[in-house]
Amino acid sequence: MRALRPALLALLIVLLLALPVLSEALRQPAAIGLATQVLIYAIAAMSLNLILGYGGMISFGHAAFFGIGGYVTGILYSHFAEHSAFLGLVPGTNDMLIVLPLAMLISGLMAAIIGAFCLRTNGVQFIMITLAFAQMLFFLFVSLKTYGGDDGLMMRRRDVLPFLDTRNDTNFYLVCLTLAGLWLAVTRGVVRSKFGLVLGGLRQNEQRMEAIGIAPYPYKLVAFIIAGMGAGLAGALMANYLRFVSPGMMNWTRSGDLMMMVILGGVGTLMGPLLGAAAFVILESWLTTLTENWQFPLGLLLLALVLFTNGGLAGLLDRLWGRTR
Amino acid sequence: MLFLEQLLNGVQLGVTLFLMASGLTLIFGIMGVINLAHGSLYMIGAYASALIAAATGSVALALCGGLLAAGLAGFLIEFFVIRRLYQRGHLDQVLATFALILIINQSATMLFGRQPLFVKMPDGLNGFVTLLPGLVYPIYRLGVIAVGLSVACGLFLLINETRVGMLVRAGATHREMVRALGVNINRLYAMIFALGALLAGLAGVLASPIIAVQVGMGEQVLILAFVVVVIGGVGSVRGAFFGALVAGIVDTMMRAFMPGLLRHVLSGPDADALGAGLASVGVYLLMALVLLLRPKGLFVRPA
Repeated sequence: MRALRPALLALLIVLLLALPVLSEALRQPAAIGLATQVLIYAIAAMSLNLILGYGGMISFGHAAFFGIGGYVTGILYSHFAEHSAFLGLVPGTNDMLIVLPLAMLISGLMAAIIGAFCLRTNGVQFIMITLAFAQMLFFLFVSLKTYGGDDGLMMRRRDVLPFLDTRNDTNFYLVCLTLAGLWLAVTRGVVRSKFGLVLGGLRQNEQRMEAIGIAPYPYKLVAFIIAGMGAGLAGALMANYLRFVSPGMMNWTRSGDLMMMVILGGVGTLMGPLLGAAAFVILESWLTTLTENWQFPLGLLLLALVLFTNGGLAGLLDRLWGRTR
Repeated sequence: MLFLEQLLNGVQLGVTLFLMASGLTLIFGIMGVINLAHGSLYMIGAYASALIAAATGSVALALCGGLLAAGLAGFLIEFFVIRRLYQRGHLDQVLATFALILIINQSATMLFGRQPLFVKMPDGLNGFVTLLPGLVYPIYRLGVIAVGLSVACGLFLLINETRVGMLVRAGATHREMVRALGVNINRLYAMIFALGALLAGLAGVLASPIIAVQVGMGEQVLILAFVVVVIGGVGSVRGAFFGALVAGIVDTMMRAFMPGLLRHVLSGPDADALGAGLASVGVYLLMALVLLLRPKGLFVRPA
């Protein structure tokens, strides 16, 4: 079955590219929005997978960087709309070519600060601390009344790109598709580089890596920063998609959702997070149409998944393929 | 006098946090399981006592019912879920207990709705007492402090003077060795988990007349309890005690006095906004400071 992989990948790419046409042909206009969300969450889940799957760092605060990316976008837009400046110094903007890199930069900076503290610990303390720092940022943004506090910030329009009308949902979908593809390539590059090998080694046995003369801390920190930047990018895109940011973006349940996507798709695989994000978003939108208490079946499903399968959807597929091989 | 009053409020928050954090730290220290659903046990205790108090009006029944519900829930969770997770990695434990939170929170919403329940202060405990000239303090909150401190004493005796406590201490440092020496690990684990559940339930029962009983209350206190565990050191009940008091006092003090202090340097609204922001992150900054100085926590001796 391994030989079929490139063919399946090609099919997936064609399907994703053809989705706008398909959704129109099948009279399913909602599909574009759903697919955009899938791609955005896929970027965030891929970035989490880099530290969680490849690096073995179980961060329960990844939504913090997602939220920061969103807030960078929202705050810049609000200053742009009011013709004012952030702290009286930085003027606002609605240019996506500035907003996205800036969102990644600031999320990366925050990841550097938070990671520098969190990575002093490991194991269960690391889980608790990442969660606590994310929650700290959550409360900070709740108390920031200047930027909407609990209610969040609305954006009247999406950020603009030259030569492309981002208000058109199909165009915005294609932007997200391009960026998700780029981020997949970045992840692939990182994982297959020497850096990625060290990261994998640290996951498997940190003591041995230290014994052969590799200091774990800088490697882990760099991975944490890259992951933070990815989540920031996803957050900025999500802010543009929803035209709304709120502290809810960085609530701890959001971190749990991102983790769930990684697990659903399969930990430590390249395509896993994309599959997981698709499964999660589709499952969520399906369950919400059935019942307002959709978290109940979702919880049961997750529990069953953890207790009775190992390796998520990708693992399940692999095992099914393994049996037919 | 306001200062002393806030100090007592801080201690009262501290003992509530201790009841939560001691269970968490024991369950992790002995069993190696990270239990996110610990906050749900707190919520179950609070809901059960609130509903029983509303139905019967009896304080004793509400207390017993709350403890019983939390203990029973803890037993079921251990038996059906946690038991399968001992040999798994932390990731599986986090996800499975996260799933439990989703299930329990949604069940509570379905059963009792989204409206918070408010519990009437028990008769006889709703008065005030004059501690010092000018310092008038609610009796109930004093009671909470007293109960919390006596539970802490009981826990210290249990851990330091009894046979079970000996196993607990041994398990916290050399888990594999205890198992190898032929101790019935499953029974010990079930007991520890039930104890943790009872403590969380007690915290919920005690808090129910002071705060609104609602879905999501468990997670707020859970995350603070995590901060406490990190400050005190994983596996250390003594650390959980001092960590909880410090965290409770710092949080309360910052909230009470930060805006006022800042008003000396900044203008009114700015000071209030910045003060509220700083106050809400105060405990986390404390945690960061502790991590800088003692990454393993304040009360864990270097091995």
